[in-house]
Amino acid sequence: MNKILKKRKPADNVVELTLEAKDVVRNAQAGQFIILRVDEEGERVPFTICDYDKQNGSLTLLIQIVGYTTERLAQLNEGDYIHDLVGPLGNPTDLSHADSILLVGGGIGTAVIYPQSKQLKAQGKTVDVILGARDKSLLMYEDEFRKNCGNVYIMTDNGSKGEKGFVTDKLKQLIEKGQRYDVVFAVGPLVMMKAVCDVTRDYGIETIVSMNSIMVDGTGMCGCCRLTVDGKTKYACVDGPEFDGHKVDFAEALARSRIYVEQEKKHRCRIRG
Amino acid sequence: MKIVERQRVNEQDSVIRSKNFEEVSLGFDEETMLIEAERCLGCKTAPCEKGCPVGVKIPDFIKALKDGDPLKANEIIKETNSLPAVCGRVCPQEIQCEQLCVRKNKLGGSVAIGALERYAADAALKANVKPVKPTKKLDLKVAVVGSGPAGLSCAGELAMNGAQVTVFEAFHKAGGVLVYGIPEFRLPKSIVEKEIDSLKELGVKFKLNTVIGKTFYLEELLDEYDYVFIGSGAGLPVFMNIKGENLNGVYSANEFLTRVNLMKAYKEDSVTPIQRGNVVAVVGAGNVAMDAARTALRLGAQKVYIVYRRSRQEMPAREDEIEHAEQEGIEFRLLTNPVEILGKEKVEGIRCIKMELGEPDQSGRRRPVPIQGSEYDLPCDQVIMSIGTSPNPLIKNSAKELKTSKWGTLEVDDNLLTSIDRVYAGGDAVTGSATVILAMGAGRKAARHMLQKYAERE
Repeated sequence: MNKILKKRKPADNVVELTLEAKDVVRNAQAGQFIILRVDEEGERVPFTICDYDKQNGSLTLLIQIVGYTTERLAQLNEGDYIHDLVGPLGNPTDLSHADSILLVGGGIGTAVIYPQSKQLKAQGKTVDVILGARDKSLLMYEDEFRKNCGNVYIMTDNGSKGEKGFVTDKLKQLIEKGQRYDVVFAVGPLVMMKAVCDVTRDYGIETIVSMNSIMVDGTGMCGCCRLTVDGKTKYACVDGPEFDGHKVDFAEALARSRIYVEQEKKHRCRIRG
Repeated sequence: MKIVERQRVNEQDSVIRSKNFEEVSLGFDEETMLIEAERCLGCKTAPCEKGCPVGVKIPDFIKALKDGDPLKANEIIKETNSLPAVCGRVCPQEIQCEQLCVRKNKLGGSVAIGALERYAADAALKANVKPVKPTKKLDLKVAVVGSGPAGLSCAGELAMNGAQVTVFEAFHKAGGVLVYGIPEFRLPKSIVEKEIDSLKELGVKFKLNTVIGKTFYLEELLDEYDYVFIGSGAGLPVFMNIKGENLNGVYSANEFLTRVNLMKAYKEDSVTPIQRGNVVAVVGAGNVAMDAARTALRLGAQKVYIVYRRSRQEMPAREDEIEHAEQEGIEFRLLTNPVEILGKEKVEGIRCIKMELGEPDQSGRRRPVPIQGSEYDLPCDQVIMSIGTSPNPLIKNSAKELKTSKWGTLEVDDNLLTSIDRVYAGGDAVTGSATVILAMGAGRKAARHMLQKYAERE
């Protein structure tokens, strides 16, 4: 059982939960994830560790409400418990070879790039970020990024905040203006990550993406999270979750992300009544 | 004198059972059990015992059954086997103890040792018999990694002798392959739970949701415990590396069975989803393949195939499982190998090639060779790959000094010690995919060695 210490709503349709998880944060590093079950009969669902506090043994998750489990999580309040949580799983992000990094985040991808911005700043590296959303109500962590990044570029599809356009528009603009980055680290919806990779490929800029595949055990047993990278089958849980974006088969990943769309719909209706 | 034939256990009717998840084998009733127990000649040399990886005193426990004391029989089994109700159900007795029974060929068939073991174990579970607690507590602390057959057997042997044992399990439930892999209809989860409860009674502690190599590192365990036993089991599923294997509708047997067994996706109201196939092709012919095929049938499939590249004779599954699958209407496409899985986003079929048996290979089995030009398409909407697993990479990745073979299995010496001092390993993590009882044998062996070293130290 893990107690909810804090609950916030950083953006529309997103909750931020800070949970007690002493054992898990001891060895946790940025880029890793956990798997939780909301109740006794709950599904095992992976979430990136967005932030952690080793001193008080807590970790923070950003949860976008998309289905049954996330809806149930959003209904919980401070002082409530989730049934269980295991981690840290997956490999930590390794950007040790890069000095200047551009983070690109869309939606819930913030959960992955935020701890990165914190860590890179602590290492004294040059970090910029492009944050993208459909509408300003969906943007989150802007202030936090401003603390950690040199430049914060905001893009909204409807122009309600920052510039109107996609993250890729800003990315192209920056590159064409002569801005150089050793690595672009892009995390968000699959279509966004693919679009970013399509841009950077032409310029030969190393691009890392974080794959949020469907998982069951998350420890390299079931093979559910497999994807094709450079023509070979890889497992997001033990080989990833981060991969060279230029080598990921996004079309396949997109198809695999839709495996349970029908079943999920049925379940969500039930909880919403 | 009339020879008494081997008695058959009662079973659920094949038509009825193919639609439910309840246990297929109902075991012996008392009367049949007694007839079967009487068939045991009580050989002084006990050849059967040599076939048992954990050395159960077989004629002795059968003698107790003959005497009408199943609880005593259970006690005798438990001296060397911490999970008799499990072994009585899932051991491949026909290639172990029963293979060596003197009645095998001419005297009406081997004594049904497995079914008798189950009878004794079930009687004890039913009577709610508490395990005999050790008389003295040892100053010996052991961490067991993984709560599958190897880990449970190791923990049981140690706890019985008074050691302090903590078992670390990555999943939210203890039991390893006994709960995520083997289906309810072959091994009811309530049985596994009771066996685990009895270990808890002995003082074994279980720490769930804890991944060694991630949550805690091996060296952290070594700081706190005298010895560590790694029984982390099998890891990543093996795929064939053929086109279409990542299409929606292709499962590994591990994933398919975990969703159904551990996550209970067979229940209509389960939160964990599973795709229910109409026509399902299971690739492989081991116990896991049989489990997957029969599970698919119970989830409502109209047709289930086993696709296997060798012939019936080479199928590695237990004889019982093959028979049960056949009775339930699973169709075997033998000497057939998939070359491609067809479909755009979802599985639409499987392209197969016919095989013939050539010269024997390293395993001594005749090597299957494709027959040129014999490809044909088998329409189906689900494929379950069940051709084995490779060892789990997590622990070795976090402890570089841990030596592994080229296949990734952990290397151990004759006492099951790894390349790291005070660290033992056993089960599938060492052998690659094998059986429950071999893993249990390894767990027990490592435990015995730890106890011996402890005794020498004291």
